[in-house]
Amino acid sequence: MRLVAEKVCVDRGGRRIVDSVDFTLVDGEALILSGPNGAGKSTLLRAIAGLLPLAAGALSLDGEADEIAAALHYVGHAEGMKPALTVRENLDFWSSFLARGDAGAGLAPADALGAFGLAHVIDIPAGYLSAGQKRRVALARLLVAPRPIWLLDEPTTALDVRAQAALAAVMARHRAGGGVVLAATHSPVGLENAGELKLGTVA
Amino acid sequence: MKSPLAALFVREFAIARRIGGSGSMGVVFMLMLVTILPFAIGPDLNLLRRIGPAILWIAALLAMLLGLDRLFQADFEDGSLDQLQLGATPLEFVVLVKCLAHWMTTALPLVIAAPLFGVLMAQEAAAMLGIGVSLLVGTPALTFIGAVGAAATVSLRRGGLLMALLVLPLCIPALIFGVSAATAASGGTIPFATPLAILAALTLAAGALCPFAAAALLRRLGE
Repeated sequence: MRLVAEKVCVDRGGRRIVDSVDFTLVDGEALILSGPNGAGKSTLLRAIAGLLPLAAGALSLDGEADEIAAALHYVGHAEGMKPALTVRENLDFWSSFLARGDAGAGLAPADALGAFGLAHVIDIPAGYLSAGQKRRVALARLLVAPRPIWLLDEPTTALDVRAQAALAAVMARHRAGGGVVLAATHSPVGLENAGELKLGTVA
Repeated sequence: MKSPLAALFVREFAIARRIGGSGSMGVVFMLMLVTILPFAIGPDLNLLRRIGPAILWIAALLAMLLGLDRLFQADFEDGSLDQLQLGATPLEFVVLVKCLAHWMTTALPLVIAAPLFGVLMAQEAAAMLGIGVSLLVGTPALTFIGAVGAAATVSLRRGGLLMALLVLPLCIPALIFGVSAATAASGGTIPFATPLAILAALTLAAGALCPFAAAALLRRLGE
């Protein structure tokens, strides 16, 4: 697997936020996007996910431009969990909806939550969870539907030290299995041997 | 493992049931309108009988607009809409399934309740049946058209009124032929099937076109 970005530019509100970014990621590699607030880290991740249009440049996965969205997970600031449904129902839904036929089955919701030390909340409505717990449930979504590319936007926000360690372990396992991780972050997230892409300041 | 769209349908249904109110709110709104109207118009049974189908259709139309602005808004706010775009399923089908689930939870109670409320409007049995059938055939068109308005106003905090303004003119054909079919059921010169066939055509056309329009609007949200 080979994810390539060539001279990617993204505009928002008439201003160029991401200007001519290049990177190449192959099996098991990780890339940390760093830069001050407003540098375009989240914008770049959303553009890779196909949620924002590219103003210029190109993204490709193994030479194909169309296959990217269905091959990636995006964990953004909003968790994508329905407060009225239990954690299990939420994860079951995303497991069915985001599954890819060729990628094999993911973990059961209980096991995915267990990886983040959260198995005890599985039958609680998601609306009752704390910010850190919600974030961990969103991260558990990475495990219930296997996809090779993980885009993580500030994944450690609201996480305690143990959950950060669990996330680091989960990411290490994902990379060992040939997956790639792109993380936008201000603090260390526990990605070893990761490349770093510094995004510039916006005037 | 369920198919993605079946899972989406079950989820929408479960949310509507868990939160509650989506179906009963419309029915209560319709009941209020129908109860209050005879007091305002006066005890003229012939007049009530004549305008009854139109009043019930207007009540159903407005009741459906009540909750429709939330169709995509909740998903937009909690980030689900981003995830729904990452699935292998085209967004058009996602919109279609969301519309079907929304119709079953909000419009179907109206379709069932409207003929019963016909009693308050002095409707005969044939007219009640006509109202029920015309609403059953016509309300899906309102949901599909409303979905386009809901997609256009999804990022606006108070988009409900704007959505109604956008959507109401497009709903007028369905209203005209819906009322026409409901009235034809209790006699008159037009056969019942003629306006009903046009109403069915409107629903089918809306079902074929509106998911594409709504999905296109949702995809352009980021711009």
